[in-house]
Amino acid sequence: MTAADPKDLAEFAADADAWFAANVVADPGFMLPLTFMEVGTDRQFDFLREWQFKVHAAGYLGAAWPKAYGGGGLSQEFQNAATAAMRRHNGPIMLNAIGLNWTGPLLLDMGSEEHRLKYLKRILSAEDIWCQGFSEPENGSDLGNAQTRAVRDGDDYILNGSKIWTTLGGYADYMILLCRTDPNAARKYDGLSFILTPMKAPGVTTTPIRKLTGEHGFTQTFFADARAPVSGRMGEEGEGWKVAMRTLEYERSVRGGQAGGYVSVQADAWEVLELARRMKRGDAPALADPAIESQMVDFILEIQSLALCRQRMAVAPLNADHPHGLALSSKLMTTEFARRINEFAISLTGPKAAYYVGDPNAVDDGIWTRAYLNAFSATIGGGTTQIQHNIVGEHVLGLPKS
Amino acid sequence: MQEIGRIGFSEAQGDLLESATAFCADVSPVSKVRALMTDELGHDPAVWKQIGELGWLAIAIPEAYGGLGLALGDVAPVVEQMGRRLLAGPFVSTTLAAQALIAGGTEEQKQTVLPRLAEGAAATLALVEDNADWELANISAAAWPDGSGRLVLSGTKILVSDAGAADWIIASVIHVDRPALVLIDKAALPDGALRRETIVDERRRAFALTLDGVTVPETALLDPDRAAATLAHIHLAANLLAAAEMCGGTQGVIDYTLDYAKTRIQFGKPIGAYQAVKHPIVAAYVRYEQARSHLYAAAHCFNEQGTGEIATRMAKAEADAAYSFAADRSIQFHGGFGFTYDCDAQLYRRTAIWHASQYGDRNFHKKKLAGLLF
Repeated sequence: MTAADPKDLAEFAADADAWFAANVVADPGFMLPLTFMEVGTDRQFDFLREWQFKVHAAGYLGAAWPKAYGGGGLSQEFQNAATAAMRRHNGPIMLNAIGLNWTGPLLLDMGSEEHRLKYLKRILSAEDIWCQGFSEPENGSDLGNAQTRAVRDGDDYILNGSKIWTTLGGYADYMILLCRTDPNAARKYDGLSFILTPMKAPGVTTTPIRKLTGEHGFTQTFFADARAPVSGRMGEEGEGWKVAMRTLEYERSVRGGQAGGYVSVQADAWEVLELARRMKRGDAPALADPAIESQMVDFILEIQSLALCRQRMAVAPLNADHPHGLALSSKLMTTEFARRINEFAISLTGPKAAYYVGDPNAVDDGIWTRAYLNAFSATIGGGTTQIQHNIVGEHVLGLPKS
Repeated sequence: MQEIGRIGFSEAQGDLLESATAFCADVSPVSKVRALMTDELGHDPAVWKQIGELGWLAIAIPEAYGGLGLALGDVAPVVEQMGRRLLAGPFVSTTLAAQALIAGGTEEQKQTVLPRLAEGAAATLALVEDNADWELANISAAAWPDGSGRLVLSGTKILVSDAGAADWIIASVIHVDRPALVLIDKAALPDGALRRETIVDERRRAFALTLDGVTVPETALLDPDRAAATLAHIHLAANLLAAAEMCGGTQGVIDYTLDYAKTRIQFGKPIGAYQAVKHPIVAAYVRYEQARSHLYAAAHCFNEQGTGEIATRMAKAEADAAYSFAADRSIQFHGGFGFTYDCDAQLYRRTAIWHASQYGDRNFHKKKLAGLLF
């Protein structure tokens, strides 16, 4: 990729800004999900799929992916400009998160040409929806112990077992599946393989799981003699752990190459500040309470920390002691921040914190409570906060394994 | 919305970070730090001379006065590495005294003193009084014209860093009902004007300064019209450099804790394998990285009107929290050894307490930030 011509980039950014200004629907008439993990109704799904299709068709998603795979063939700065315009106009989230952010960059990084041609364009356009099959009911944080079986049968694998917490499982066309091809491997990690698996196939069923919010957002997925083609395997048999770990680096944004846009609306301390001004204690704004003011400053300091740490990642001399330290701790920092600031926002609403989504008296339609409860999806999913502490402790600071 | 700061890193900062990292590790092993704690002067004159020769005291002094003409933010990486190695000496005091003269000195003062400071003469500031107010304009010490071209000083300054090593002391006083600063030639102080104080950070030297009976020429007064702005500038400059020293110290104490956590065996395992130890160390590390990001934003934006103040207060507030937590946990995770004088964790903890005590702690700066942001 060549460096962006500033004139072209400025023109592109202006066009993107105008496009999002004209095309973002402020209120579709129903509540939109804040994250891709919260898509709970067909209406939400259809709306977001159509939205992503439009954004890609306009050239503002996958702008930095190669043209041969449906991308724009431009440099990353162009996609960043488009994403910034999307954010500026409060565009809805991108739906196909696991395709855009995890599977896509993984295929660009280590997929075959056949895989790239077959899947990437349809990921960008949301024609194919992707889901992830890593966690199992009995194996969550201990991912390396996954037991879903894949047995070779000619050009297919025959799959049996169950995956859980499958985001968009009921809608997905494909799954990135971590499964066990060799139950007798000396090390549990060496018996795993990584297979791109069709979901709309005989023997694959999903049952919705109801989340702590009361909404449906993901499924448990069952494989009963389902078939996946051997051609969908990434890496050799027994190399699934390596591919899965690479996937997690994309999931946790340790590596770049994602298609662009955003898949969740970030917790924003400045919006919470606005809430602290709007909510009252007696006749005064809640923010005038010294205890609340003090906590509010803490959150402003913290959100600025997150922004500055993202900027500092690009400054190599300021990362000399722990080159991957900021990247490996970013999931920990951001997800815990989101959980705590939403918890704080609930407390600002006073007696009305008692209301829940659906009641006409709920502050901001109950969005803060819903956001707080949903924030646990990120502090638990993709490696819990506790596992993240182990990762940073062991891989950044060199502490012995727990 | 108010711009609140962003990261930037200059080539000069990069070069200085690299050379300071190597130099400070070399000249300030902890054995040396401890030996100097019981030394009356408190620092190694040979090292101080080398620092002068390296040109670090000249960094933020304009070229017209014998300096390198770089920004105060370029001093941050040097001070950070000094803090990391607990290197003692009057570097920060001298840099701040120079800043006071650059911001508010008369032309004659700048021409006389700044070139000397750039070459390695030491100086310091005397701003704190018994009222223990972090607002530097709250001053009781006074300077009265005696009618014959001299000023008669009165009052007592406390917690005057490095006054023993300094050739000049710049003290805040009330002069004609307004805050002012006077440049005192230390040689002119009567015997007994300085009393060494017992302070929490034993690597550091601080003194009480009795001004009663001291007289200085009227030309010792810094520009009276710029005194208030100069005090405000010193306040922010001091907090920027404190944040730098604290970030370095935080890294130092985390590394010290990690060494122990990896080598101390209990119940057949290094204690760092236990999550009750590992996870809080990670929490300390994350806070350190966040504080360091704030530091380099403050260093980059320091001279920007408005943004510089916000970023600097944020940096000090974050450095306070990060250093205090990391050093506190270091004592705890060293177990019984942590309770002894021989464990270095106390050196860092005491230094963190010192820094929180000077120019405002986290709560002080948070209150200021609320005023600036809300």
